[in-house]
Amino acid sequence: MIKGEIKAAFKASLPIMVTFIVLGMGYGILMNEHGYGALWSVASGIIIFSGTVQFVSVSMLSGGSFFMAAVTALMVAARHIFFSISMIGRYREEGKKKWYLFYALCDETYALLSSDSEPAWANKSAYRFWVTAFNQTSWILGSLLGGLAGRFLPFDSEGIDFAMTALFTCVFVQQWIDAKSHIPAILGLVVTLICRLVFGKEFFLIPAMIIIIAALTIMRGKIEKQEGGDNV
Amino acid sequence: MFEQLHAIIIILVMGLVTLATRLIPVFIFGRGNKKVPDYIMYLGKVVPYTAMGLLIIYCLKDVNVAGNSHGLPEIIALAIVVISYLLKKNTIFSVVIGTAAYMVMVQVI
Repeated sequence: MIKGEIKAAFKASLPIMVTFIVLGMGYGILMNEHGYGALWSVASGIIIFSGTVQFVSVSMLSGGSFFMAAVTALMVAARHIFFSISMIGRYREEGKKKWYLFYALCDETYALLSSDSEPAWANKSAYRFWVTAFNQTSWILGSLLGGLAGRFLPFDSEGIDFAMTALFTCVFVQQWIDAKSHIPAILGLVVTLICRLVFGKEFFLIPAMIIIIAALTIMRGKIEKQEGGDNV
Repeated sequence: MFEQLHAIIIILVMGLVTLATRLIPVFIFGRGNKKVPDYIMYLGKVVPYTAMGLLIIYCLKDVNVAGNSHGLPEIIALAIVVISYLLKKNTIFSVVIGTAAYMVMVQVI
């Protein structure tokens, strides 16, 4: 039965769902302020489904050039290339379902599923599907609510986006505890930080990813030795 | 009418580019039943460990150490997240108290 998997997926996704509903509301409210109602937010959540891309798209909806929209989306979304590459092995056996899993692979779903968080007894395929679906649904639900609620929110939500940073930090700490080799974790943090300082905040992601992949490739022997090279 | 059409095309263009970033690796490496190369399997194993650091810095990209707050709210909130997580190993707890502390710091102080 997959009931157990749905339950486990819901439990694991809960922190993400809560932040997605709140952040999605923030997006819906922002869209509303620019004159785009709930339906726009929901459609964008289905067509783009990337919080960061959607947030930067708001200011381009009226009057941005199509070319700049494409380049900006590429800059912001390029990290998905990185995520998809690393999920190919895991999603290999998923059949047609894999197209949904890749289409809806966002930062948070990736954080959860790439750390192989499912319980040992679970059917991985069902678990992955439900984690992905719960996360996407809650983002879209949040933006729907935000679009409907408009500006009638009873609290100031400034700083709410820190929830994403906090979530990634928790995953980082857990991975640090689990990993035998700390080279990859240090590389991710240090290379990206240096690139942010050198290339500026608009352009640092792509050079950071290229340098990280190159460094991982060069240091493969050492990292695999530290990891023991067994369980993939 | 024209403005709405413009907005629709912007969403479609950005959606298409985003979808491409997610699917292009699958078309290159993941087609059919052929074995995924060892090197790709290796990246799949280690890239997640690098990606969290990348995402954390990405989230903090707008922090200006020379600005008014010198990045102190971020540093304090991150410390709260890390320490509470080490003590309790509870993600939702750490996310909630870290975010609440951050919101108080940026709104009140």
